[in-house]
Amino acid sequence: MLDLFSYSFMIRGFEAGIIIAVIAPLIGIFLVLRRYSLIADTLSHVSLAGVAIGLLLKINPLIAAIIAAVVSSVAIEKLRISKRIFGESALSIFLSGSLALAIVLISFAHGFGADLFSYLFGSINTVKQSDVYIIGALGILVVAAVIAFYKELVFVTVDEEAAYVSGIPTKFINILLIVLAAFTVSLAIPIVGVLLISALMVIPVVTALQLKMSFKKTIFFADLISVFSVITGIILSFYLNLSPGGTIVLVALGIFILTLFIKRR
Amino acid sequence: MQHVDHAHTIIELDRVCFSYTNEEVIKDVSLEIHKGDYVGIVGPNGGGKSTLLKLMLGILKPNDGTVRLFGSDIKDFKDWSKIGYVPQKTYIEINFPVIVEELVAMGRYGKQGLFHFPTKEDKEKTLTALKQVDMLGYKDRQINDLSGGQQQRVFIARALATEPEIIFLDEPTVGVDIKTQKQFYALLRKLNKELALTLVLVTHELDVVAHEATELGYINRTMEYYGNPEEFLKGAYFHELIGRGGLHH
Repeated sequence: MLDLFSYSFMIRGFEAGIIIAVIAPLIGIFLVLRRYSLIADTLSHVSLAGVAIGLLLKINPLIAAIIAAVVSSVAIEKLRISKRIFGESALSIFLSGSLALAIVLISFAHGFGADLFSYLFGSINTVKQSDVYIIGALGILVVAAVIAFYKELVFVTVDEEAAYVSGIPTKFINILLIVLAAFTVSLAIPIVGVLLISALMVIPVVTALQLKMSFKKTIFFADLISVFSVITGIILSFYLNLSPGGTIVLVALGIFILTLFIKRR
Repeated sequence: MQHVDHAHTIIELDRVCFSYTNEEVIKDVSLEIHKGDYVGIVGPNGGGKSTLLKLMLGILKPNDGTVRLFGSDIKDFKDWSKIGYVPQKTYIEINFPVIVEELVAMGRYGKQGLFHFPTKEDKEKTLTALKQVDMLGYKDRQINDLSGGQQQRVFIARALATEPEIIFLDEPTVGVDIKTQKQFYALLRKLNKELALTLVLVTHELDVVAHEATELGYINRTMEYYGNPEEFLKGAYFHELIGRGGLHH
């Protein structure tokens, strides 16, 4: 069993994976409870466009993805506030628009190579040491931001109007949340890939919600489930030669279904 | 029992007007609320009761006129912890993972400010607020497990946790039974008399609030009456309203 750890790429994979596993539900819970889960998918498609731009301009695709996601997140939030576009259609526009842009750019760069596959579906095996540092540093930033603004994030999520009346800067908190979501989504690309990021942000949270606990406990359990899914998923994918990203999400899904059954009784 | 200076004005509206796009909802409303008042705002559905409340809280901005809180223009007002707010039966969804103590603790978040973590004192004040509404025993319960009346009391506790001078309540007794309603008004009475809290209550229950409040405001786009509730009930105006079928229950 332990020969797994003799491979440095596996160690890097675990390091990056666990960091993502911790921050994904941390942000995910606020998105899910605000019925804003779709934003994760939207930002992941934008990240893909960022990756494509990065590959084309020969800059680190991860950094390009982060920049694209963060800039778009602010634009999306401003659009949402302005209420000029009807609800979710704003997200739809970004979702398909950025995907179209990504496809065009990638075809422009001559073809859909193995690189694209790893960005779409994650590629733990090719996580570079520099990626681990970036993910680690930004991961710490995300966790620090959630801790620093925890009470404001919770209050705005539970009751935005009352939060506003009590003097909390709700506009800032909303932008903060979406920027943190952008960071989390783009950081997760090497691990689970663009197509599966929202799964990691949403499924462990929805599972923990079945347990009907306090807010704090729900976050804790969502993180526990997420970390377990990532570790188990990576180990299983190594020995069964499966896609790590897909395996991780299937493990998370399995836990969700199990929880549903247990809670039914 | 505390001595309350009823002459001290804390909320002032001066010819406030508000429209949603093209529809004028509030027109030329002026009023003064004094410390210790127990104000009931009544009126027909769509008459602007809740809108008026939201204008007083800064949730909506008037198109014309001014709102002053504790002597300052609302635009410059910063002392939001003086204000407690119990919104209309809020959309706490099924499965929303919040326990009672967590919800009430939120009442102190604005007071603590950014980058300040809750302290032991905050926790004590949260529990005190729960005690004041007789819900201390439920502090670890999920919000959704409570009855409508119990949830209502928890929201009031959240407003109390702020240690406010005035509490605004927006249609708090929609859909509760008579017993719960009675308990609710008894609680408000206690808050107004024993804790010297100024209350502003928006409700459709004209008959009940007219016997509890010290001032009654009847709003139907304009503030058609603002003053003594008994005078309102006795007065010709009230009978005219009944005749017109202008009262909704």
